[in-house]
Amino acid sequence: MAGIEIRSLRKHFGDLHAVDGVDLSIRDGEFLVLLGSSGSGKTTLLRMIAGLERPTSGEIHIGDQRVDGDVPPRARGIAMVFQSYALYPHRTVFQNIAFPLEASRTPRKQIEEKVRWAADMFSITRYLDRYPRQLSGGERQRVALCRALVRDPKVFLLDEPLANLDAKLRNTARDDLKRFQRQIQTTTVYVTHDQVEAMGLGDRIVVMERGKVRQIGTPQEVYEDPVDTFVATFVGQPPMNLLDTGDPSLPPRTLTGFRPEHFLPKSVFGAAEDLRTFRFAVRRVEYLGSDRYVYGSVAGSGAPAADATIIAKLPATIALAIPEGETHEFAVPRRALRYFDLDTGLRRKT
Amino acid sequence: MTSPPPPRRTFADREDLLGAVMLGPALAYVILLVGVPFAFAIALGFSNATAGSLSFGWVGLSNYVAILGDPIFLRALRNSVVVTVGSQVLVVVLATAAAQVFRATFRGKRFARFVLLLPWAVPVSLAAIAWTWIFDSTFSVINWTLKAAGLLHGWLYWLGDPALALLAIIIVQAWRIFPFATVIVLAGLSSIPQEIVEAAIVDGAGFWRRLFRVELPLLLPVVAVAVLFGVVYTATDLGVVYILTGGGPANTTHVLPTLAFQRGILGADLGQGAAIAVFLLPFLIVVAIGMLRLAHRTEVGGAR
Amino acid sequence: MKRVALYAAALGIIAFAGFPFYWMLITAFKQNRDLYVGASDLSHIPWIFNDPPTLDHVKLLFGQTDFPRWVLNTLVVVVAVGVITVAVAVPAGYSLARLVGRWGERMGIGIFFTYLIPPTLLFVPFSRLISLLGLQDSLGALILIYPTMTIPFCTWLVMGFLRSVPWEIEEQAMIDGYSRLEVILKVAPRLIVPGILTVVVFSFTLVLQEFVYALTFISSVNKMTVSLGVPIALVRGDVYHWGALMAAALFTSIPLAIVYNAFIDRFIQGFTMGAVKG
Repeated sequence: MAGIEIRSLRKHFGDLHAVDGVDLSIRDGEFLVLLGSSGSGKTTLLRMIAGLERPTSGEIHIGDQRVDGDVPPRARGIAMVFQSYALYPHRTVFQNIAFPLEASRTPRKQIEEKVRWAADMFSITRYLDRYPRQLSGGERQRVALCRALVRDPKVFLLDEPLANLDAKLRNTARDDLKRFQRQIQTTTVYVTHDQVEAMGLGDRIVVMERGKVRQIGTPQEVYEDPVDTFVATFVGQPPMNLLDTGDPSLPPRTLTGFRPEHFLPKSVFGAAEDLRTFRFAVRRVEYLGSDRYVYGSVAGSGAPAADATIIAKLPATIALAIPEGETHEFAVPRRALRYFDLDTGLRRKT
Repeated sequence: MTSPPPPRRTFADREDLLGAVMLGPALAYVILLVGVPFAFAIALGFSNATAGSLSFGWVGLSNYVAILGDPIFLRALRNSVVVTVGSQVLVVVLATAAAQVFRATFRGKRFARFVLLLPWAVPVSLAAIAWTWIFDSTFSVINWTLKAAGLLHGWLYWLGDPALALLAIIIVQAWRIFPFATVIVLAGLSSIPQEIVEAAIVDGAGFWRRLFRVELPLLLPVVAVAVLFGVVYTATDLGVVYILTGGGPANTTHVLPTLAFQRGILGADLGQGAAIAVFLLPFLIVVAIGMLRLAHRTEVGGAR
Repeated sequence: MKRVALYAAALGIIAFAGFPFYWMLITAFKQNRDLYVGASDLSHIPWIFNDPPTLDHVKLLFGQTDFPRWVLNTLVVVVAVGVITVAVAVPAGYSLARLVGRWGERMGIGIFFTYLIPPTLLFVPFSRLISLLGLQDSLGALILIYPTMTIPFCTWLVMGFLRSVPWEIEEQAMIDGYSRLEVILKVAPRLIVPGILTVVVFSFTLVLQEFVYALTFISSVNKMTVSLGVPIALVRGDVYHWGALMAAALFTSIPLAIVYNAFIDRFIQGFTMGAVKG
């Protein structure tokens, strides 16, 4: 068991700064998610922790050991699960799980016990004699986790382990993964581009973009208090609405942001609520079962960005008819408004 | 509490060192037995070295002056260009047509593919000797067939007439290389996304329009690869001409490699042989630049 | 109508490609008096067996010529060149694909380019090198020189092949407790087997096909390889034993054609790498 300390870590591939000065402190036993789109540097960061890439500069500490320079992957006390699961195709499930133990010259009997114990934990005991190609995607993923588990690693590194599963399986696999991590209490670093996975799994989320950390925080912090417009629009589906209202009570060049689910017909709010109202010209309504998405623009504010499409997300519990092509009174509770600097994109406290 | 320091990287973990060690033999082989001889080949062109003695004297450009004033050499240079260009034109036409055929499904396709690959699989020298028999001055089956069909009244001395011999060489080179080109073009065809072809069909494009407007432009890099390899194989080939005509009649059908062989090895004049072979370089440079541009283009086109 | 055109085109292509082989076949088994009828005699159809087929030429080839010896020589060279090529090109290809990093690709292209430098440019300096080494007129010369053609192409082939094999299995093994060297020795070989097979086959076909270096270095009839001996030494003076010649050409072509048929797609990948995606 160990935490991870990362100090001003950089990785340059020629002119490309894949990881560009990252400081990160991962607590012992924490489930940390690195969230970012492709090319954000999240996978490179993970691979540097694993020792598969050597940093250009900076420090990595796992527990009380500095590992960035000369410690090879096998000596870092880590286990990793790749997106493709990287099962050895010519070995049976048993041999796959036993591999790390064989490599560390564990006695035969102990290997047997340990593999059975791990296989039991993921209920794959009956597949032990099969080859990877005879397994389904979900089964392969569990074999890979098993193999990671038997090493008793100080740290788990997971690189999009759910990306190759179909949507239905992904939900249960996510739940399994979280339960499993809570049970063994091992520090886990999890890379994903899927914000739903990130929100659902992470104790904390690290939002990365172009090699830099944009925000570190609990899922709630990242969602409700994004530090800048990038995080505000990257996390959340549909993304946060941003518009320049030209409101004279605000400093000039300020963007007002609010989540689609807070943007509702004025009539649904109670009288006591402190509201900011908008004239919402509805263009189109999308019926999605549990929700309705209402697309339109905020009319009459006069500011240049006011033509931007604004989305409202109405839960099915609001039955109110919203005819297309008409203008309605919509409102946002003032406590749900967030303000950003139009030029820098940074959060502005007002 | 401090745990013992983890093991450091050893030689067994150093990717750079392991990489160098594993690459070393191949690099050594290529540098010592291709790079050095290549440089030596160019240096020999400026020397009066002969096979019999170990003397090596610089003679400047005199080998080049000698061969550039030699009508046999100029003829060989011209023949090399004619054969290379002529056969590659034939190859492109044949290969594009054959690729269209082999893309369709038809009965006996496996057998047809086997036959198609034969010319490329067979050793050049054996193919050349078979063609020598086919073009035989007395027993040529081609002459018999043309006569039987009433198309020929005189007699064709295929390998005895300079123009006909050159044509025969072009035919054999095209025959030998078009299967290879066909397979490359087929590989290219199969990499064209089916959606694009289907989109063209939906858009109402007919066969010819699809071929010239959609497929051929997309195939261009692949056809280029086929032609580039074809140029190397044809321009630098010695076997076909050596066996078919031996450069005759009266040294009229020499190409650069056969002449270099005749002067350099048979005639033991290494200097002149090397100087003649150096004239192959322009062909190779064209090819090398073409390949590099293709490689660069695809590098820019997207990460693999 | 379209089908007719398709079959006609297919037939035309097959006829052109296969005609010399049909001609080898029919010549190899024709009796001499059926074979040597001048083409001006229109009443004698050369395309068919006018007399019953005979095995005379085949017997001549295997009994009274050096052909069996050439086959043996060829096999010796094939094995030696195959071993050298695998030993040198496979580690090099692995190194370029996995170990040396960013300049691996450029280096790979550089090595591949040396494949384009043709024998006809190098035979002059090689003839000098070979005589300096005292290897003239020996199979050793071929065993030394042929890898200059197989190594560049096979290094490139292995590199390309490894690119299509995911890294992750090897990286996983490193995390699971192996050093880089152990991965190379214990994990990688299992993954490269198809690549190695392709290398062996390519070396085999190249040795069987090579003519220029054999012609330059080998002068004794009993040291020749098949591709040199058949066209050069089966001709006695001015007398061509066409039947035996064509039999030899046929027997050499068939195994090569079968091998090519099986491995063609792998070779093509080597040639088109870069120009064709996927």
